[in-house]
Amino acid sequence: MMNTNRRDFLKTVTAASLMLAQSVAFAMARKPPMGRVVVIGGGYAGTTAAKYLRMWSLGGIEVVVVERASQFVSCPMSNLVLGGVKSIHDLTFGYDLVKKHHGIKWVQDEVTAIDTASKTVKMNRGELTYDRLIVAPGVDFSDDQLPELQSPKVQQLIPHAWKAGWQTVNLRQQLEAMRDGGVFVMSVPKAPYRCPPGPYERACQVASYFKAHKPNSKVIVLDANLEVTSKKGLFMKAWAELYPGMVEYRPDHAVLSVDVTTRTVRTEFDKIKADVLNVIPPQRAGKPAQMADLLEPDYPWCEVDFLTYESKRVPFVHVIGDSVASGLPKSAHVATSQARICASAIVEIMQGGEPDPMPVFANTCYSFVDDKQAMHVANVFRYDAAKKIMVPTEGGGVSAKPSEQEGAYAMSWANNIWSDVLT
Amino acid sequence: MKASILIFALISSLVWSVVGHATEDFIFSERDTLHIRTLAASCAVCHGTLGNAVGENKPMETVSLAGQDPNLIVGRLMDYRAGKRTSTVMHHHAKGLTVDEINLLAQHFAQQKVVKRYPPQSQVLKEGSR
Ligand SMILES: Cc1cc2nc3c(=O)[nH]c(=O)nc-3n(C[C@H](O)[C@H](O)[C@H](O)COP(=O)(O)OP(=O)(O)OC[C@H]3O[C@@H](n4cnc5c(N)ncnc54)[C@H](O)[C@@H]3O)c2cc1C
Repeated sequence: MMNTNRRDFLKTVTAASLMLAQSVAFAMARKPPMGRVVVIGGGYAGTTAAKYLRMWSLGGIEVVVVERASQFVSCPMSNLVLGGVKSIHDLTFGYDLVKKHHGIKWVQDEVTAIDTASKTVKMNRGELTYDRLIVAPGVDFSDDQLPELQSPKVQQLIPHAWKAGWQTVNLRQQLEAMRDGGVFVMSVPKAPYRCPPGPYERACQVASYFKAHKPNSKVIVLDANLEVTSKKGLFMKAWAELYPGMVEYRPDHAVLSVDVTTRTVRTEFDKIKADVLNVIPPQRAGKPAQMADLLEPDYPWCEVDFLTYESKRVPFVHVIGDSVASGLPKSAHVATSQARICASAIVEIMQGGEPDPMPVFANTCYSFVDDKQAMHVANVFRYDAAKKIMVPTEGGGVSAKPSEQEGAYAMSWANNIWSDVLT
Repeated sequence: MKASILIFALISSLVWSVVGHATEDFIFSERDTLHIRTLAASCAVCHGTLGNAVGENKPMETVSLAGQDPNLIVGRLMDYRAGKRTSTVMHHHAKGLTVDEINLLAQHFAQQKVVKRYPPQSQVLKEGSR
């Protein structure tokens, strides 16, 4: 009953830790596969790559995803949980459909080591070999900076909520429990970080909640950058017009240290005591990328070839999503676009062909300024063969103003990206 | 490689004037198809996998592109590109595309099967997960 491919796969992974998708995987396993691609991380980038590898190879490539979490929780729209518009459960999904529809093999486990010489990925409960590896672990928080915020216990008091989940819920509960007249302090790390407009959208969402329920409260944004890094004019206008006197923005204010017990932050210029504190930590490429030595020595992100997303440091290893050093916004849309370019290239390479020499893709990022109105930044990015990087084409830009119409389109964006990634 | 790009550019700029002809009029090289399949797939975050968006194509929802008349798609994108038709976001995308890409995208989406797509079901976030 068991064919060779399946037995090989099971040899290295304990039966309990995997759930095989039925139909396609079993049908295809009769043919010798073109090869095995292991994908680390079932987030926006990794899940998309897995799906399109299966689609474009017509099931010819065996794809195994290793993901630590049992559920997918979307960061996009998670600021709306803070505003009270959405619940975290609206943003939580299972992996069953995408596995079943596309015959993706799935291991729920944590990657603990990667040996790129023997092409082996090690997990808590077994190991897997690969022909090609895709590393898509999202971001990691740099623990050499603000070490006082690293422990799970401290993060109960001062959640980052920069990976959507219970920390998002915790932050919302702290806002609900705060007295009217209280101060919410949040900080933005130096770019590049995950989701350039995300922190400013968060400031809007908290202000929107305060305006309706705690009108005497304040939002203080401490930005390590010299100015708002995305949709600057639009956010400044939204704060001034929708939340006059409520949102205070302080550029060039990097958080240097935090007194955890009193929720007091120190910057070069001042000390500020918060009632609710949200420090968004400085970021770098995810841990699995560190394990495979994919980061640049002087820059904590991964350099890749933008035609294939193969690492410039280690052959047969590809990096996609937030971990990539690209100069592009670290967004879910870019993560999925990179995933598809990478998947398309791997399918071609495994068939002895060549990747597209001039990839082009789009990015659209919506931000909600209150409970209904959103605004966008949108660009097309095109490969520049001379510079060997993706560059924004002319013609991109931001909304003239936030609107309810764009709020509706933002929801459409979410439903479609969730459907594309997860079904 | 260079030659094939050149040929692609030549052919598609000729075809530009005869949009609406069957795809057999296009001489796709494997590489041109690769270029369009990933570019078209980048539209999926709003317009759905292979151009089938979730929802009912109501106003204020993104529309499905699968099975659409290619002339309609080209016409809209060219109008957004020229600033002749207003949009919330599409002019920012259309202006970044070449005329060749617009034509090939329209052909690509026109050929896709119309399928009903749904967003995934949301779930209760489990206790204890991060
Ligand atoms: C508040 C907020 C709002 C945002 N809003 C938007 C938005 O509106 N639009 C937009 O486009 N983007 C938005 N983003 C950005 C978007 O969330 C990221 O760009 C996107 O998630 C990147 O995808 P990824 O696959 O690289 O990482 P992720 O989606 O984080 O996926 C990484 C996966 O790898 C897994 N993993 C990590 N390490 C291991 C390991 N050792 N073993 C096994 N698995 C592992 C993780 O569990 C995770 O599931 C937002 C982000 C935030 C924080």
